[in-house]
Amino acid sequence: MPLIARDAHHRIALTLNGERVEGYAEPRMLLVDFLRHELGATGTHTGCEHGVCGACTIRVEGRAARACLMLAVQADGKALDTVEGLATRDGTLSPLQQAFHENFALQCGFCTPGLLMSLGEVLERNPDPSEQEIRIAIGGNICRCTGYQEIVDAALAAAAVLRGEKPRNGNKD
Amino acid sequence: MKPAAFDYLRPADLDEALAALHEHGTDAKVMAGGQSLMPMLNMRLLAPAVIVDISDLESLDGIEASNGHIEIGAAATQASLGEWPELAATAPLLAKALPNIGHFQTRNRGTVCGSLAHSDPSSELPLCLATLGGEVVLQSREGNRRVVAADFQTAMLTTDCGPQEMVVAARFPVAVAGAGYAFAEIARRHGDFAIVALAAMVTGDTIRLGVGGVADTPQVREWHGLEGDALTDELDDALNAFAWEMGGSDDVHATARYRREIVRRIGRKVIAEAADAADR
Repeated sequence: MPLIARDAHHRIALTLNGERVEGYAEPRMLLVDFLRHELGATGTHTGCEHGVCGACTIRVEGRAARACLMLAVQADGKALDTVEGLATRDGTLSPLQQAFHENFALQCGFCTPGLLMSLGEVLERNPDPSEQEIRIAIGGNICRCTGYQEIVDAALAAAAVLRGEKPRNGNKD
Repeated sequence: MKPAAFDYLRPADLDEALAALHEHGTDAKVMAGGQSLMPMLNMRLLAPAVIVDISDLESLDGIEASNGHIEIGAAATQASLGEWPELAATAPLLAKALPNIGHFQTRNRGTVCGSLAHSDPSSELPLCLATLGGEVVLQSREGNRRVVAADFQTAMLTTDCGPQEMVVAARFPVAVAGAGYAFAEIARRHGDFAIVALAAMVTGDTIRLGVGGVADTPQVREWHGLEGDALTDELDDALNAFAWEMGGSDDVHATARYRREIVRRIGRKVIAEAADAADR
């Protein structure tokens, strides 16, 4: 049975935003620390480190998950997506990122990567969410700047764009 | 924050996991989804020498209904139960409780059995298991045994699971024909730990109410023959008595008095909702 000793640095190979990457981690290393310190992918932010604030939310095999509640060794062989993979290589923002920009859905930006990764799964599963569904879905992401209204507006606007409709401009119509 | 150092084991099957527990006993901790265990490791409330990671064991991630029970394997996530197509028809109480468990991001990894093994007093799944009278399947190298919910969760964060045993499955009774079910919880924000969680089941003239978050473990009471006027007056008295019997204590989230008030008021509401859903 694969055993990784406490002080051994295990080679971890995974797919990050479609690219194969490798690094080394001892068993206790959190996935969020591995992403930031080993792979240099600092878009994912470290917040509360016990699963409450949502800042470190990434996608693991397509499902949103807390990178502070996973060990790096558990991500070996898995496909991860982080905020770095949302925009295209030429810098074109994803529809959700564009909606955040247009709706003033971020100020300091600390919570933004986690919100984008959470809402990404929400909008894939539910193309026409209600405001209440959005609010429940982001209940696990804490933002101390916006008061959430602009984030909800952005999510609804992005959902409209993804459905091929003209974006609703939140409550600024 | 960093967990204290541990050896990490990834067994290839259940036998290897049980062998690891046989060897390491109290030094080992089983990790399934890790959504309760990882915070405890990060904060060093726990420092096991060995982590046995069963999260990717496909032989344990089944969900199936047979012989009056839904059997849920130890690696099955709360999200996979929520997406199980038969859930609403087979176990309406679970279908109503699931959206309240943490956030969708934690349900994506958190497991049903892990939540039972963690046995937080305000946790939804232990409350549902206790209210429905379900059981947990424990296995060690010596064999397996079934323990009913009331005997499994013995105190706050404490269960009957021995050091060389692990929870391999949970068995929730399927819905009783004609019964109505309802679930409610009060929390500061959606997905937070419940201050008080309530689960109700109404069949004919039988009312059953389970309450989490007041006592150290979920508490269940059953009342019979309450109909008509008795349903209003006697039920209020019964809920008040139940609230006081559970004790409860003040903490940072709420006072014991507030918790009793939730049992009295929201208790009545969930029972009414379950009664409406029942064929009476």
